[in-house]
Amino acid sequence: MRAYTIRRLILVIPTIFFVSLIIFIVVRLVPGSVVDIMEATYGQTAGINRATIEHMLGYDVPVYVQYGHWLGRIVLHGDLGNSLWSAQPVINQIKARWPVTFELGIMAFIITQIVALPIGIYSALRQDTLGDYIGRSIAIFCIAVPGFWLATLVIVYPAIWWHYSPPLMLIQFGQNPIGNLRMFIVPAIVLGMSGMGSNMRLMRTMMLEVLRQDYIRTAWSKGLRERVVVMRHALKNALIPVVTMAGGQLTIIVSGAVIIENIFSLPGLGQLMTNATNSRDYTVVSALVLITAVVIVFINLLTDLSYGFLDPRVHYK
Amino acid sequence: MTEKTSEKIVGSKKHSQLVELIIRMWKEKPLGTVCAVITLMFVLVAIFAPLIAPYGMNAIHAKDALEGPSTRFWLGTDNLGRDLFSRIIFGARISVIVGLVATLISTAISTFLGIFSAYIGGTFDLILQRFIDAELSIPGLLILMLIISMIGPSLWHVIIVLGISNGIGNTRMIRSLVIGVKEDMYINSAVALGAPSREVIFRHILPNIMAQIIILFTMNVPFMILSEASLSFLGFGVPPPAPSWGGMLSGAARQYMFMDPWMALWPGLVLSIIVYAVNMFGDAIRDLLDPRLRGGLGRYGGKIKHKGAVKGTLTAPEEERL
Repeated sequence: MRAYTIRRLILVIPTIFFVSLIIFIVVRLVPGSVVDIMEATYGQTAGINRATIEHMLGYDVPVYVQYGHWLGRIVLHGDLGNSLWSAQPVINQIKARWPVTFELGIMAFIITQIVALPIGIYSALRQDTLGDYIGRSIAIFCIAVPGFWLATLVIVYPAIWWHYSPPLMLIQFGQNPIGNLRMFIVPAIVLGMSGMGSNMRLMRTMMLEVLRQDYIRTAWSKGLRERVVVMRHALKNALIPVVTMAGGQLTIIVSGAVIIENIFSLPGLGQLMTNATNSRDYTVVSALVLITAVVIVFINLLTDLSYGFLDPRVHYK
Repeated sequence: MTEKTSEKIVGSKKHSQLVELIIRMWKEKPLGTVCAVITLMFVLVAIFAPLIAPYGMNAIHAKDALEGPSTRFWLGTDNLGRDLFSRIIFGARISVIVGLVATLISTAISTFLGIFSAYIGGTFDLILQRFIDAELSIPGLLILMLIISMIGPSLWHVIIVLGISNGIGNTRMIRSLVIGVKEDMYINSAVALGAPSREVIFRHILPNIMAQIIILFTMNVPFMILSEASLSFLGFGVPPPAPSWGGMLSGAARQYMFMDPWMALWPGLVLSIIVYAVNMFGDAIRDLLDPRLRGGLGRYGGKIKHKGAVKGTLTAPEEERL
């Protein structure tokens, strides 16, 4: 187990290296450079020429040197750079905003699992009955309905029917826990919807597969109650792919948070991402993408390591 | 493996088998067939949009702006007085093009890279897989937003970027399929008989994973349609005034939705129905093509057909790409 963990940790290094390379290549080599935009914005008024802007941004050295500088500063000093427009350190903005995204994501994740797993299990136990069809329809509904549309409806229709609109200012959890949770619950449900759907379907498929195994038939023939057969014999074996997927869903939640935070005007990292992309503040954007990717790499690592606890047959060598 | 031969027949004797497949689908998957019809209608609407739409997609009737459904404007008008029904009809074109072309690009890339990664193996495979690890850990939407903000939003940019980024991610699945069949006896014998790599790949490997490639394709179409809509919604997709369903819900229109809630309803409703239909259609195709999921009707599935699961069918982690 320890050897496996160490090996996986070492494998994380090339992955993160490639992540940084992809981000750097996209930001620096895809046409439509920030220098053009800054020149167009500031050039005429302040009389700044191209060379000055390039020097200011550190773009006047060869590309591989730039990559080395960028990566070196992050690795050695934990310095993610300064915003191109405001010259503020990116890290400060991220520090101020991450709790919002974190809370939203965790809530969405918990709601997803609480709703999805029981429905998926029920659907499998009563395959091809009315309950199963309803469960599957809910799952497909969750997958098919795009989050941004649902969020729009949730904002527009209550406003028209009951003159209700969500609070515009962020309510801190420390000041008003109930208000804070009420503010986050609707966005979290909307954010969790698509994951809910796919998790329900996967739970159902896996459960069906396990329920046809020989050892389940044995459990039945021993005269065990349904609850025992399902909870003790079937569920644990069916759960492993579901855990993999739940880990993967955090990725989807991170993407979704960008949209949801914008619609519900929650001042989290997703909103920062859209603002920075719109203003082409590429240091902020690349820092955000890098941080998200690193977080996801570690989530995947934890997911892989969790198999050892769920499945006694898994032995890490 | 009897299941495998039935799969191959589907591909080889095209016509009569196709008809048979449709009949079987209607009998086994009535919902899937209904959804197939909806999908077909959606494609036809997109092709014949100018004939169906009562008005042009950007024809402005300024006096009738922000109206609800009426006999003149079936679904009402938007804040500029454009007929929502006509815009939705033309919007189907964008979704069909994105859904098909981006998925085609994506499937081609993942098939190509997946086969070579698995077939060549060694250091090439190792490095490519680390690269794909990295690609998969960057949330798709963020990198798409970033790239499109740089190259500028347009229909073809969205299609190409979506196709490439999704294609790289799906390589993993094709690779595992190829690894699954690579060590099979018939491949070994083909190599032993001196067949060149090209022939091994195109005559032996590709036909054997074709069913899964088709499944991957059908699963990706709704994903692409939704991605385009999300990107357009955020302003990084097809730029206005093009009637993208996602774009119709964003931008200036948002302020007027409180006055005319129909504007918020229709584009998303149509989008949801299409995504639902294409998903169910894809599911039906998967169930028909994937022998592993066949049979086992009723409570707890009486028949045990799972002894020798066919190698390399769609397994759980792939489903998350949905």
